[in-house]
Amino acid sequence: MTPTAPFVKPSVLPGFRLTIAFTLLYLTLIVLLPIGALLFRASSLGVHEIVALALDGRTLAALRLSFMTSLAAAAFNVPFGLLIAWVLVRYDFPGRRFFDAIIDLPFALPTAVAGIALTALYAPKGWIGSIAALAGLKIAFTPVGVFLALVFVGLPFIVRTVQPVLGELDRELEEAAATLGAGRLRTVASVVLPPLTPAILTGFALAFARAVGEYGSVIFIAGNIPYVSEIAPLLIVIKLEEFDYAGATAVAAIMLAISFATLLLINLIQARARARYGHV
Amino acid sequence: MSDGSAAFAVSTGEPIAKAVTARPPARRLPTEEAPWVRRLLIGLAVGFLGLFLLLPLVTVFMEAFRKGAGAFLAAFADPAAVDAVLLTLLVAAIAVPANLVFGVAAAWAIAKFDFRGKAFLVTLIDLPFSVSPVVAGLVYVLLYASHGLFGGLLQSAGIQIIFALPGLVMATIFVTFPFIARELIPLMEELGNADEEAALTLGASGFRMFWTVTLPNVKWALLYGVLLCNARAMGEFGAVSVVSGHIRGYTNTMPLHIEILYNEYQFVAAFAVASLLAALALVTLGIKSWLEHRYAGDLAAGHRH
Repeated sequence: MTPTAPFVKPSVLPGFRLTIAFTLLYLTLIVLLPIGALLFRASSLGVHEIVALALDGRTLAALRLSFMTSLAAAAFNVPFGLLIAWVLVRYDFPGRRFFDAIIDLPFALPTAVAGIALTALYAPKGWIGSIAALAGLKIAFTPVGVFLALVFVGLPFIVRTVQPVLGELDRELEEAAATLGAGRLRTVASVVLPPLTPAILTGFALAFARAVGEYGSVIFIAGNIPYVSEIAPLLIVIKLEEFDYAGATAVAAIMLAISFATLLLINLIQARARARYGHV
Repeated sequence: MSDGSAAFAVSTGEPIAKAVTARPPARRLPTEEAPWVRRLLIGLAVGFLGLFLLLPLVTVFMEAFRKGAGAFLAAFADPAAVDAVLLTLLVAAIAVPANLVFGVAAAWAIAKFDFRGKAFLVTLIDLPFSVSPVVAGLVYVLLYASHGLFGGLLQSAGIQIIFALPGLVMATIFVTFPFIARELIPLMEELGNADEEAALTLGASGFRMFWTVTLPNVKWALLYGVLLCNARAMGEFGAVSVVSGHIRGYTNTMPLHIEILYNEYQFVAAFAVASLLAALALVTLGIKSWLEHRYAGDLAAGHRH
């Protein structure tokens, strides 16, 4: 677009000025101004102090736990999310619509509800926790509990990004592969999976971003033992309760940087996928 | 069916009969998996969903009724529980319409017009989804708490935002910000401008065009967005927890009340309140699934002409 081009392409439809003005005003008041306040606070702290605060042992441990468990949970969800999307798109079986609807449960169920339910389930006296205890395993109040809560939270992201792409995939390509003598497994690996890769990566990044910031479903099951099972968002809450605004801001600024980086990555993946496959 | 065709082929005595009968019955297509593979995959998927999604859901109701219906109902005799339910309804009743107006305005500007920086604007609208709820709460504290940027100003004017209703509403609006706009934008882009242009040509006013042409076209997507927005608004925990100050009977929404009860080891009461929110989530999913069914039909009908 040349610099002389108008800001908006002429149209006969009314209401552009009003709606764009309202959109920008509301966006500024609700999102941009508050985030700006955080960035302003963080910049007045300076990079030096943020890094110093982040390198504090307890903060570092919390950031590492959040980052690693989120990565692990998103990675764990990739094969299972793919499997579920495949089964829902390709096969017809009794209860298919029910299971399709239930995928969104982690989106719809309030995080605090999920949190106490998962804790009750995985605690040493819970249904699954007691079975694990027989094997000498402890799930709740350990990083494994954090991981399982993040698996719950992240699953729909993978399924819901892969499902539509899988549904629109051209079956003729698979027929062609079969005609050329490829076995079913080879066809799936080299004809079906490649066009799904951008969707898988997007779903992975979305699940990861959500998991890093997740609070409600994690804090009950985590046990919140400093240096062991304390997640980064909880640290912000703790610092706020101690009126340590600088510390809370520093941790939040680091987390915000992680979310922005993830968001950027998602946009890059989608731009590349669009250039290559012409959809997504 | 293969028997019938074989019998037919034999009776006519054509040479092709050999080929037909020689083919093994019910041979799968080369683009399908063997039945046992299919059953295995379905079993794995259903097992995974049962273990990771259904079991926690069932647990909520099991724990809520662990000590019978009496104990379940007793949880709601507590005035703090009633206050929490009312406050949750109030917060959602303000936050959802606010985001509804925004969602419609943003979708109109973004889907119906071409302007510079549109992609960037869409990214900004999605921003709250990738921000931690705790950070969402924190940004309002930094802005409006007594030590915050506008804190002094508000204090001298006698306005309390943090640890009060306005803070709860703002934090809720922030976390539910993109839901409605996100549902509307892709649909309105796909529908195009022709219907609205026709209405204008026929002399409709801008408002009438919107009310009688645009709105009926997007009503299901709109309802869908409102449902999702409402479910999240009523269930939001992290952001609201940070701005609430946990003042019982005053800034306690249902999710915060659940936390308090749980931390006081009142498990049955905690799960009883939780089961209300879980039921809301189930109703939301049920309507969503039904809408998706019927909404897909609407879209298909739209493509037919």
